[in-house]
Amino acid sequence: MSPSPSPESLAVAIVLFVAIAAYALLAGADFGGGVWDLLAGGAERGAGPRRAIDESVTPVWEANHVWLIFVLVLLWTGFPAAFAAIMTALFIPLSASLLGIIMRGAGFAFRHQARGLRTKQITGAAFAAGSLITPFLLGTVIGAIVTGQVRYGGPAGAGSLTGAGGLAREIAAWTTPAALLTGALFVSACAYIGAIFLTVDARNRGELAVANYFRLRAVAAGLVTGAFAGTTFGVLSFSSPYVFARLTGTALPPVAISVAAGLAALILLLARRTRGLRVAAGTAVAAVVAGWGWGQFPYLLPTTLSLQAGSAPANSLLAVLAVAGLGVLFVAPGFALLYWLQQHGALAESPTTGSLRQAAELAGQPLDQAPAPARDSHPVVMTIVLAALGAGAVRDILARARTGRRAGKE
Amino acid sequence: MLSGAMVLASAPVPARAQMATSLGFHIVYACFGIAFPVVVLVAEWIGIRRGDPAALLLARRWSKVMALLIAVGAVSGTVLSYEMGVLWPGLMGRFGAAIGVPFAVEGVFFFVEAIFAGVYLYGWDRLSPWAHWWSGMPIAVSGPLGALSVVAANSWMNQPTGFVLKAGRVTSVDPFAVYFNNATPYETPHMVLAAYMVTGFLVAGVYAVGLWRGRNDRYHRLGFAVPFTIAGIASPIQLVVGDLIARVIERQQPVKFAAMEYVPRTARGVTEWIGGIYVDGHVYAGLGIPYLDSILVAFDPGAKVIGWDSVPPALRPPLPSLIHLSFDAMVAIGTGLFALAAWQGWEWWFHRRIVRTPWFLAACAVAGGAAALALEFGWIVTEVGRQPWIVYGYQLTNSSVTVASGVEVTFAVVIVVYGILSIVSVAVPVIMSHRWRTEGPSAEEAEQVPYGPPAPRSASP
Repeated sequence: MSPSPSPESLAVAIVLFVAIAAYALLAGADFGGGVWDLLAGGAERGAGPRRAIDESVTPVWEANHVWLIFVLVLLWTGFPAAFAAIMTALFIPLSASLLGIIMRGAGFAFRHQARGLRTKQITGAAFAAGSLITPFLLGTVIGAIVTGQVRYGGPAGAGSLTGAGGLAREIAAWTTPAALLTGALFVSACAYIGAIFLTVDARNRGELAVANYFRLRAVAAGLVTGAFAGTTFGVLSFSSPYVFARLTGTALPPVAISVAAGLAALILLLARRTRGLRVAAGTAVAAVVAGWGWGQFPYLLPTTLSLQAGSAPANSLLAVLAVAGLGVLFVAPGFALLYWLQQHGALAESPTTGSLRQAAELAGQPLDQAPAPARDSHPVVMTIVLAALGAGAVRDILARARTGRRAGKE
Repeated sequence: MLSGAMVLASAPVPARAQMATSLGFHIVYACFGIAFPVVVLVAEWIGIRRGDPAALLLARRWSKVMALLIAVGAVSGTVLSYEMGVLWPGLMGRFGAAIGVPFAVEGVFFFVEAIFAGVYLYGWDRLSPWAHWWSGMPIAVSGPLGALSVVAANSWMNQPTGFVLKAGRVTSVDPFAVYFNNATPYETPHMVLAAYMVTGFLVAGVYAVGLWRGRNDRYHRLGFAVPFTIAGIASPIQLVVGDLIARVIERQQPVKFAAMEYVPRTARGVTEWIGGIYVDGHVYAGLGIPYLDSILVAFDPGAKVIGWDSVPPALRPPLPSLIHLSFDAMVAIGTGLFALAAWQGWEWWFHRRIVRTPWFLAACAVAGGAAALALEFGWIVTEVGRQPWIVYGYQLTNSSVTVASGVEVTFAVVIVVYGILSIVSVAVPVIMSHRWRTEGPSAEEAEQVPYGPPAPRSASP
């Protein structure tokens, strides 16, 4: 057993897992939307659900996606050795998941401007396929980490994969049964949480048929997710004895919470209740992430690199914590505003022609009249521009004079 | 050093090429992330303030393009975050604790940008005009601040400070010294100004073409004037900043400066080469101005300039011709853009009008592309000039590259993916503008179902 971690590295680890849980819940729901988009059927039949998915995902997916970047940044700043080892050992699934991320984001962005049905289908297929493979591959990455396939190999952090094995070892690391099962679990969990969010969104918009459509799918995805979770848990007993022993011992609470919250969400779904539904389902998913972290404590890479041994120097960890504090200060209110506006139907794709009406209202005059004449001079702007130019020139001349003097003294 | 020798044998060429490709693409999207919100907000401000439908229409249409470019920029930024680890585990494993600090700060600004992009881009209809305008402010502010953070990380690679290295491990970090290293104060303004120039000239170029074709209406004049003014203000400042930077580089990274200016041997009264190719100690096809380099460096024809012979051959940057020509091209383009801005500035100052000479408009049409080229050239100077170091003076690029196999494959995929992304992100705005020009408003309003058959809209509320 390695020495217990310092408070700051424990704190950064907790921030890291909170960020992972946020990504799993928020971006997971967006990925889930992509999965349901994929399964929505032909263009005609799937138009209703696809429009609902689009309406829910469009304004928020980018902000949700940033959690992933934040997770990467936290990992490489707080635990650089673990980051380097993971990125080396799991080069293949990580690079491939990147392709999924590009397909998802770019497909989604381009789809909004696509006009013909064919273009819409191509861009939509990129969006949906990206939404499917990204959580799967990220799941295999986490499965590989949990089952100890990423081993810490030295201070250079290159892992122990340099020698024999090469490509075969690189493929084997993330294709163990446990890793593949984790990948499948992630896909179904995304589909589940996505369907839950879509159900509530559709209900809030008063679209009862669409809400029911996603409600039934949430039940199905919930059952599948439960089955995958149970199987993965069972497989861990032999593929990762350390984590399994902790999950059935000290780290039992998150497992119990996840099961209880999942059951509660299922009952709410069957009872057609939306109040508390997102909280219950979100708790079930977040508890899985918490269980993962708790289960492999105190290891970053079970069982070769401990939190204590893999942590960055204390000042870096404190800087990360300070940044996280800034995040709570600036980012949390932003997210609150974004979700509040989204939940109140204030954010939607809108045709640019709205500006013509808006302008007419503002000007209080019909559109065919010319706008108010522009002022002919801008003394304030010109003063600022000239001052900036002048200051730059003066600074330049002074710097030149200084370097000249110094060169002269030599 | 056996492992080091093994790594050297597997040359990091594909990894470097992949990183260069992704960064080369991302840097253009990043420019739009930094500067486009300002362009859009100025147009919207004019529109609301004066009740000007042309300005509001421009702002709305630009915000559609911005939505597209910010989305592609977000995924391409993710690519880079991954590549830091996937390609350079040796850098991140060793120095992650130091270089990670500015990236962590950047994370907060990226969050702010993405959150308010969601509000701004999709809040046009339901927010009041001024509330909507203010929702765009955080994007405009977090862009340059995010750039500050990312550029601080790059500056740190050029001027690493704020850490203690013991037995090859970083044992202590001073986050402030990392963030505000010696290169941050000049690299950041250079990049942010470049972003305003690239974005401003590129957007203005579109409307310069429109004006050239005789569409001399308020919509096109504003569409030209707003971005051109922003880029035009940035141009002279950029000249001053660039001039200062060259002298700072001469002090902080003399070997990089030597490659930029073809200074093989440390000497006094050094010749300034304009253009030219360096082969085996000779500069071919270049214009050499005696003593000018010394004058530019220290305002003294006899000043000493350090050459690349000051370090052993293995520690000299490769391809001095590439570095020098990129530097010259960047300076030439920057000066040309300033001349363009000055021309229009003169005309506006004395006559209050937009220059309509075909020569001027043609130059404006290509100015954006030229600015983007200058940006790439500058990036080449910074990055190739830093080689063979990844962390200047501390770690070589060779010893940082991944040992995983398959970089050739990911490099090929990256080229294909970025090729598609660039083509589509140019083509889509072109198609959009064609639609806006040729179709009436009703066609656009009908087009709100994102995916599915074009005609029926029965499902929507």
